[in-house]
Amino acid sequence: MKHLYAALLGVAVLASPGLATAQDGPVMKRIAETKTINIGHRDASVPLSFLGQDGKVQGYSIDICLKIAEAARVELKLDKLEIKFVPVSPQTRIPLLTAGTVDIICESSTHTLGRSRQIAFLNTTFLTGSKLLVRKNSGIKKIEDLNGKILVALLGTTNERAAQAEIDSKGIKLKGDIVKLKDHSQAMLNLEQGRADAYVSDDVVLFGLASASKNPAEWEVVGPYFSYDPYGMMIPRNNDDWRLMGNTTITRLIQSGEMAAIYKKWFEPGPTNINYPMSDRLRENFGLVALPD
Amino acid sequence: MGGYNWNWPILLKDPYFGWIVSGFGNTWLLAVLAWAIAFPLGSVVGILRTADSRALRLIGTAYVELFRNIPLLVQMFLWYYVVPELLPADWGRWVKREMPYPQFITALICLGLYSASRVAEQVRSGIEAIPQGQRFAAMAIGLTPVQVYRYVLIPVAYRIIVPPLTSDFLGVFKNSSLALTIGVLELTSQARQIEEYTFAAFEAFATATVLYCLVTGLVIVLMRGVEKRSRIAGTIAVGAQ
Repeated sequence: MKHLYAALLGVAVLASPGLATAQDGPVMKRIAETKTINIGHRDASVPLSFLGQDGKVQGYSIDICLKIAEAARVELKLDKLEIKFVPVSPQTRIPLLTAGTVDIICESSTHTLGRSRQIAFLNTTFLTGSKLLVRKNSGIKKIEDLNGKILVALLGTTNERAAQAEIDSKGIKLKGDIVKLKDHSQAMLNLEQGRADAYVSDDVVLFGLASASKNPAEWEVVGPYFSYDPYGMMIPRNNDDWRLMGNTTITRLIQSGEMAAIYKKWFEPGPTNINYPMSDRLRENFGLVALPD
Repeated sequence: MGGYNWNWPILLKDPYFGWIVSGFGNTWLLAVLAWAIAFPLGSVVGILRTADSRALRLIGTAYVELFRNIPLLVQMFLWYYVVPELLPADWGRWVKREMPYPQFITALICLGLYSASRVAEQVRSGIEAIPQGQRFAAMAIGLTPVQVYRYVLIPVAYRIIVPPLTSDFLGVFKNSSLALTIGVLELTSQARQIEEYTFAAFEAFATATVLYCLVTGLVIVLMRGVEKRSRIAGTIAVGAQ
């Protein structure tokens, strides 16, 4: 009798989905059932995730995610997988992910511990960090040169935080507080109008802004990095099978050399002429991320 | 909401609590000061719209149509980015680089002038709601036009328009959130900032919502008091009790 109870208990434990597959979340199941994958994208994170002039979603992160979607299709043995693009913003991306509206977010989000409390990240696929965009003749070469100058940043970004920490620790006296704005184009307008002297953001973004400005020769990206921003795709938490699927795909892309080709397509010099060659740091990162089988 | 990790206590931690307090303070300050511009200016414009002189009426109408017909968000951008470029170079430079609290001052002017157009419309409708006979009677006993307004029309008109003015006063508080688009760290933008730092989106915005409701609730109570004290027996302002 004792054995019977033990056996029944064992069966109950195995049969209870909550326990048996505790870490396999609903995403893979949802993709298999609906034969659809919902990819979150941005409209102007050039050239990682943006809308082209033809209105098509494209970019470096998007290309990687399309490979992940294809791998999921093969893994789930689907003959067709429909890809739906859902626009997201820094304000909406985490709620949309936790609500299950999107399965993966492919843009330019920095992997942080704070964010990891709400969602999970795939392995790092891009590296950047905070630098300053200034006028060439401004005499600003590093953050210490900002004494008495006006600095703008986007509200709540990792760059703003990094700049504030740097300013506090080095005792730099800005003119007023950091001006906190909503989007890249507004920050650029503040620089162009002479309202501000420097804009702190991820250097890849700054290169993009400078290359897209009226007179790219007028601008320069300066300073040693004072923050380290690894980008990764965001997925809902507790979806280990989905996460493994994504990370395996990223590893395969690196091993096969496809990742380097995707990078070249978007950054060297890329359709937007950003001309941002692969850094040694990113090459090193790819070596680390390509885990052995 | 499965999968969302609630984290209410984080709002009481430093510096997030301080951000909420300062955001709330900025919202108050911006709205109250904007109303301090809007109420007197709107009154003057509203009175101009009912004046006998065609030129004065035209000025009043032009003001109202200009400020009422352009979306507030666009006005914020115009004041912040376009107006300094139109000023003489030295002044523009001063506004852009030397003026203290440039974002707050710009938002205050913008919100004040916009809200004035709404107050003006209330004042005009209040004055027009008074039967013409009163104006004629006042003139017949020899009052000058200024006296007609001062002693006859305005005391009645303002008491009629207390209820609709309440809505506009509330509107100033809610519209002040648009100041975040030019960089004023008021309540909504602080909620956003907390969300970006902590990812406690629902907690931050729920708190902001409650605070907005508190303020508007307080304004409603306050204005109800004004309404009670100032109502005129036998007019529509008494309403259905």
